[in-house]
Order: sequence, then structure tokens, then C-alpha cells
Amino acid sequence: MITTQSFKKIKPLIFLGIFFPSIFWSYQFINGSLGVNPIEKFMDNMGEMALRLIVLTLFISSLSEFKKFRFLIDVRRMIGLFAFFYVSCHFLTYIALDHFFDMNFIIKDIIKRPFITFGFISFVFLIPLVITSPKKMLKKLGFKVWKKIHYLIYPAAILSSVHFYMLVRANKIEPAIYIFLILVLLLYRLYFKIILPQLAR
Amino acid sequence: MKILPSEITSYKNYLNRRKFIKSSVATGLALGASTGLHANHLSDQNIYANQLDENDTLNSFEEITTYNNFYEFGMGKTDPSEKSDEFNPKPWSISLEGLINNPQVLDLEKLLKQVTVEDRVYRLRCVEAWSMVIPWQGFPLSELIKIADPLSSAKFIQFVTVFRPEEMPGQKRKLLPWPYVEGLRMDEAMHPLTILSTGMYGHDLLNQSGAPLRLVVPWKYGFKSIKSISSIRFVDKQPEATWSMMAPSEYGFYSNVNNLVDHPRWSQNTERRIGEFKRRETLMYNGYEDEVSYLYEGMDLRKYY
Repeated sequence: MITTQSFKKIKPLIFLGIFFPSIFWSYQFINGSLGVNPIEKFMDNMGEMALRLIVLTLFISSLSEFKKFRFLIDVRRMIGLFAFFYVSCHFLTYIALDHFFDMNFIIKDIIKRPFITFGFISFVFLIPLVITSPKKMLKKLGFKVWKKIHYLIYPAAILSSVHFYMLVRANKIEPAIYIFLILVLLLYRLYFKIILPQLAR
Repeated sequence: MKILPSEITSYKNYLNRRKFIKSSVATGLALGASTGLHANHLSDQNIYANQLDENDTLNSFEEITTYNNFYEFGMGKTDPSEKSDEFNPKPWSISLEGLINNPQVLDLEKLLKQVTVEDRVYRLRCVEAWSMVIPWQGFPLSELIKIADPLSSAKFIQFVTVFRPEEMPGQKRKLLPWPYVEGLRMDEAMHPLTILSTGMYGHDLLNQSGAPLRLVVPWKYGFKSIKSISSIRFVDKQPEATWSMMAPSEYGFYSNVNNLVDHPRWSQNTERRIGEFKRRETLMYNGYEDEVSYLYEGMDLRKYY
């Protein structure tokens, strides 16, 4: 069985594995091997990676309820922070490369286009999670408050998958899978964390 | 809206009037017979210089043939270039149907002997807000319409893409309702800028570009320019068009490039020209306003987007 101790040893590898795509895509971007519309591709890659990592953290949360998988909780924070890193890259690409800091346009775009509004709100929801991610903050806030703040990951996840869903023109199966996964994981958590304890009372 | 045949500028007059569309006789001759376009113009891009607007430069052959929306081969931009090897556009025939005096199934090789294939450098503006400048070879759609000889009751034309799921992997999945269909109003179809293209950069069209015969309507969003056409139907009512069936609030029948009418999900005010870093302002009717705006006089372009 994998223990928390032995899992800690491979943590650097997981770190590199998750960090590597951003390096690779940046290299491709500079190198000109990201296709003929590299800005779009770069932005899409970063965004989809972020969504995958968000789903992964939710998956870890649910799985680590089981003793067997408890060791996983040790990488959840790292993956969550990486999700924010990729979301930030995604958003920065939109601001700097796609619209070249045309803030006037960007602000209007965020307000006017629901799919961009959703993506933006999702980004904003992740900020308090990042700020409260250090262990110090957990101690400072107390577990209950900290926990409440971190439930923000669910609306953030739903909004970002809907953001993706609305962006796709036809055959929305792939984004629909993300929405489905997120809802299943949310319902699972709701059941075990909220409904079941209430029933047991 | 009624347009009398006499109101439609004849193609020859049109050429005389419009300097940018100077048809190069020399290259026209170089195109040769059969599908006709064996001359490779890639080596000498100067051929197209006299048709280029001063603000435009040609996109490269590679750019044009590796970044495509052609869902018949998959939804990704590189799917059409990577997954179209099985598609065999030769031999090819086009079925002319509906309200015409000469319904027939036309062999493409034979058709090409009856029409004038020429160079046309056009901007292509995708509804997704990117654009390219492409040197097509093709012939005016009006020439084919003359062969079909429509009845006066024919007010619209519907185009249909070939349906070959064995050769087109995207058609094995329900990405869109197959076959892909598009349509034009008769005066739009007769317009001298509207061509059926058989080549690009002096090559026969590659499969990903809509081989062997595709529509090019440069003042409309790219999806109107239907690819790999197998039949052309002359009808009396506005025909169905795939994207406007799929999402009528997002894609209208007309789908003229219009910087003032946004797509519900994104702005149409600017576009990224492939190969350029900063976005460009999108031009009304994709820069062909002088040539085509008369077609839509008096129409509410917010309603008929």
C-alpha cells in the first residue's frame, strides 16, 4: 500500500509533470510550432489544462475519503495551485496576446459575453483559495472557516466547465463530460458531507 | 426584394470597372486543361501582386492548408489536413437540380472546358474572427448558372457537400447534420465576385480546402463558402443552411461579414489575420462594400444577419 511518506517522495515528479506542459507550449509558441494560429492554441491549451487540474483536485477530495487513497490529499494543494497557475496563463494570454492590453475592449467583453463572464468569475473565485492555501492561513482562520472558503472550488469548477461548453460550436460532448464529472463529484460530496451526517443525527 | 436581370452587372463590365480584380490573362493561360491547375504558382507569388490590396499580403500555402474548418474531417483545425487522405475527389460530378431548364449530372472535367478559370485573390473572414488572404483559381458561379438555365421561379440556390462517411471520418459522427448544406440568393449567386473554386496557389484544391470544387463568397463569413460540392439545387424559397439550422440566433442565412453586428458570443469588430500578432479592424462586407452593398439596400442588417 502507498503511504503518505512514500508518496511524498514522488511529489517532485508530479510537480514537474504538471509544470512541464506550460514550458513545452511556451517553447512551441516561441519556436513557431504551435500551428498557424498560435495565440488561440496557446490559450486553449492553458485553459483546458486548468480545467483538467480543477477536476483532478475534486476527484482527489472525494477519493481521499477512503483510507486507501488518503495519501493523495498531500498533492491536492499543489495541483490546486497549478490549476490557478494555468488559469492565470489562460487569462493573461487573453489580455496580453489576444487583445494586446486593450482594457477598454476587454472589460466590455467580460461584461457583455456570458461565456467570458463565467470564465472571469471562475478565475476570481479561485483567488481566495490561493490566498488561504498556506497552512498558516488554515491555522489562522480555523478549519471551519477555511473549509467554507474552499467550497468555492465547486462554483468555480462549474463556471469554468460551462465557460468551455459555451465556447464550443458543435458537438459539445467533451465539455459536457467535464460538467457531468464535476456534478457527480459535487453530488457525491454533498451526500457524504452534508446529507448523510444530517440523517445520522 | 426583386432584382431585375438587367440590374445585375455583367461580368465583363464588372472587370472593366474594378481594378483590383484585374484578371491575369497570362496566368489564365498557364492554368491549362483538365482540372486545369497544374501550374504551381507557389514559386512566384508576384503573379498575384496586381490583385492584392495594399494592406494585404498573401497567406502562405502552408497556413491556408493546415488551419481549416471542415467538420467532415473532424472538428480540430488540423483535422482536415491530417485526416483527409482517404478522400478521393477524382472523378467528380455535380448534379444540377430543381427549377432549371437543363437538369443534369455534369462531369467536372467537362464542365471546366466550358468555363473560364482565372485567378482571384480574396480575403477570407471566418465567423470565428480570424482571416486569411488566399489566391484562388476558379470561375464565376454565374457561368454555371447559365449552363443550368434557371426558370424565373428560381430565387435561391442550395449547395450540398458530398456525403461519404467512408472517406470523411467526421461524417461518421454526428458533429453536424450531414450532408452540409448552404445557400445563396440568386442575385448573390450571380454576383461577379462569387466563384466556384477548383484551385489555390496554382494547385488543384487539396482535400482540406474543399477539393475538387468549392464555393467562395468573399464578403460572407467563411462557413458560407461550402466545400466539396456534389449538388446544386435551384429553389423558390430560402433554403436551409447547416449552421443557421443548428443555431439560428448565431448564424443567419445571409451571414455577411459585418463589423457592427456581433456574434452573440464574441465581437466581430476585429479579427486576427493569420500570421499577424495584433488584431485588425474587420471591414464591412469584408472590404467588398463598394461591390456588394447594393444587394442589401434597404435591408435591416441586424435582422438579416
